[in-house]
Amino acid sequence: MHEMAIMQSILEIAEGEARKHGSKRINRIKLKIGEFRGVVKDALEFSFDVLRVNTPAENAELEIETVPIRAECPNCSDVDISINDFTMICPNCGAILSITSGREMEIEYLDLE
Amino acid sequence: MHQVTIETGIMEANDHLAGHNRELYDEYGVYVINLMSAPGAGKTSVLEQTITRIKDDYKLGVIEGDLMTTMDADRMSALGIPAYQITTGTVCHLDARMVHNALHNFDIKGLDLLFIENVGNLVCPAEFNLGEHLKVMVYSVVEGAEKPKKYPVMFHEASVVLLNKIDLIPYAGVSLEELRRNVYSVNPEAMIFPLSCRTGEGFDAWIDWLRTHLNAKIAGKGLVGKS
Repeated sequence: MHEMAIMQSILEIAEGEARKHGSKRINRIKLKIGEFRGVVKDALEFSFDVLRVNTPAENAELEIETVPIRAECPNCSDVDISINDFTMICPNCGAILSITSGREMEIEYLDLE
Repeated sequence: MHQVTIETGIMEANDHLAGHNRELYDEYGVYVINLMSAPGAGKTSVLEQTITRIKDDYKLGVIEGDLMTTMDADRMSALGIPAYQITTGTVCHLDARMVHNALHNFDIKGLDLLFIENVGNLVCPAEFNLGEHLKVMVYSVVEGAEKPKKYPVMFHEASVVLLNKIDLIPYAGVSLEELRRNVYSVNPEAMIFPLSCRTGEGFDAWIDWLRTHLNAKIAGKGLVGKS
């Protein structure tokens, strides 16, 4: 359940931003979490419900966008490959793929009052 | 109401401290390995067997991470190796801050190699960079062949996978070939060393590779491995 630690970080960053902008209330937190991160959306939402109490984000809405895993092949360079089963080998030529998205773990934006 | 775009990564606080840890390791010339696995895969036994084979040639230290008890640090101390135990309480992984704090109490000056044995867990430790030079995973054959697909992040992050307990292959219902294939599909660049702590089989290849790595470090030829 490292989602608790991750949500703690998210709230610290969000509260810091709210303070910086002179805001006492966070209305919305939008996250982008890649599929190739070991983070479970439900656990993150649960952690948010536990940790938001008595913070500026107490009544905030949490939106989590899941970013699918995509990769490119060094040989078949025009092909944008969608990865379903975490196989990091090109289905066309067998080369090792490099991940282009799916490793995101960021706060995209906050809505502050 | 206004929208604020944030450019800070969620893990930045941890990554920042991990960067500090790395500076410290490099300043003291200590090569650092983050050892990870599921509970019971044999991290501590692999460490004991590895240490026994190289301790006369290198100055070693160990930081142990566990929820409770100092048993693992005691096992390392029994080998004559300086060891420091981090007990995380209920936390399922080590993070850069815990290691940073440990470094205030545990002198790594003069060491060639520091092992950090992470909390037994295949999910959480993969997300927390400790500033290490190399991530090594222990994957025991009795865990089943599908583990890499179930825990792809950890298997993808590890540069070295030690396939432990190969003496149990006849009873595990898996083949070494299948295990290798499944690790490679998630991490085609992984170095895989099948071995057994019980019989000692396979340790020569792993130890040779590790020595080559360390000697390159000591000779100042640069370090291999991703962090």
